[in-house]
Amino acid sequence: MNWLRAHWNACRLALARLARAPLNTLLSALGIGIALALPAGGHLLIGQIAGLTQGAAATPQLTVFMTLDADRKAAQAVADRLKGRPEVARTELLAREDTLARMKAAEGLADVIAALPKNPFPDAVVVTPADDSPAAMESLAAETRKWPQVEHVQIDADWARRLAALLKLARTGVWLLAGLLGIGLVTITFNIIRLQVLTREAEIEVSQLLGATDAFIRRPFHWYGTLLGLLGGAAAWLIVGGALLWLADPVGELAQLYGLALRLAPPGPAASAALLGAAALLGWLGAALSVRRHLRGR
Amino acid sequence: MIRFDRISKRYPPDITALADIDAEIGAGELVTVIGHSGAGKSTLLKLIPAIEKPTSGTLLMNGQNVGALGRAALPFLRRNIGLVFQDQKLLFDRGALANVLLPLEIAGFPHKEARRRAEAALDKVGLLARARALPIALSGGEQQRLAIARAVVHRPALLLADEPTAYLDADTARDVAGIFLEFHRVGVTVLVATYDASLFPGARRLRLDHGRLA
Repeated sequence: MNWLRAHWNACRLALARLARAPLNTLLSALGIGIALALPAGGHLLIGQIAGLTQGAAATPQLTVFMTLDADRKAAQAVADRLKGRPEVARTELLAREDTLARMKAAEGLADVIAALPKNPFPDAVVVTPADDSPAAMESLAAETRKWPQVEHVQIDADWARRLAALLKLARTGVWLLAGLLGIGLVTITFNIIRLQVLTREAEIEVSQLLGATDAFIRRPFHWYGTLLGLLGGAAAWLIVGGALLWLADPVGELAQLYGLALRLAPPGPAASAALLGAAALLGWLGAALSVRRHLRGR
Repeated sequence: MIRFDRISKRYPPDITALADIDAEIGAGELVTVIGHSGAGKSTLLKLIPAIEKPTSGTLLMNGQNVGALGRAALPFLRRNIGLVFQDQKLLFDRGALANVLLPLEIAGFPHKEARRRAEAALDKVGLLARARALPIALSGGEQQRLAIARAVVHRPALLLADEPTAYLDADTARDVAGIFLEFHRVGVTVLVATYDASLFPGARRLRLDHGRLA
């Protein structure tokens, strides 16, 4: 109970100190918010773009298109022949009638397809390779191209792999940025608290003479750092949320031009809690290091 | 209560503030430490709450070796002592009541109880009407009385005062000394470093001369 009361008192004291210098508090929170908004926004953006590749085949596939005059038996023979090879994991035969039906159902294509005198689509075999290295894929495709009644062999999902690789790189960059800016935030808080400690030197000295423990002296500074971090996190949340909402329409339109459905959304409850929690934690860390260093020197 | 056993205190390079002090102060005693400026009065007082540590010798308080106490134990020693400093060490950014509340907040008193005690302490030194005043708005004598209220609010068994009447006019000095005498009458051990021992009639005197007991 004493412990809770001590924290409650320290928290109130820290809030009062923050409120006593509103401009300083606002500017500090804004500085922290901007520093946090970059990695937080990047992380959210990447997460939402990554969602695009989830619907696509991240594992590359080969599609073997038969000639138009090839019958179903020939297509099945190609599928069976591929299935028997050790470098192939799975095959699926796509009948030309099914492809036609699917295209008819696709928006904007029904009229065009209906106007055609006959089914323009060939039978096709979709191959999932056991070894999806580019060399193995290319070798399998080159060999299959030579088979009778095979018109064309296409390596699919290259774009998804490239995007996934790009996103992996971007994610690494964001973590690196987050690490650097996290250290920056700790440094900012460290210095803010150092100045606070210096301006409260007399109070600390008197408190120690009157029997204050180090914990009693540390507590308000810890709360100050934590609350400042939290305010910075809230500023970052507003910046990121506002920017994503602002960008949602133009990015959505751009994505639509590429046939993608991408709608940027502001941070959800889990992401918001993580952002605020991380900001508060970093604020506390900066304050803790600063006060600890000061008290050690006394 | 307090025992100085061959206590010496030296500062670098070669300044001896106290040399071979042997003395004992019993519970409930009123003792004045007298001597000329630089005799070691303040240093002697600072050893008791471990603001300074002796270079050699042993200082026992209630059987506890003060010089051997670690950082974590010091606050609990100091909470049993009321300290009145020559320069008062008041906090000028808060009112009189808030200054007096500080030792109680440190000791973890509930707010209502702390406030009741702080107001009682201010009343005792005649400052209740000025509870909200900032120290800067108080006269020298009032500031000293405020410092005394802060020193006694947590009802310590020992009250230490370093030149509490310095810089005060004669009447105010007598008033302030009277407050110490009152605390002594109710059983508090009082140790005062002073230039004017006549303000504390009936007190046992410890005379220091160049760091030695005379």
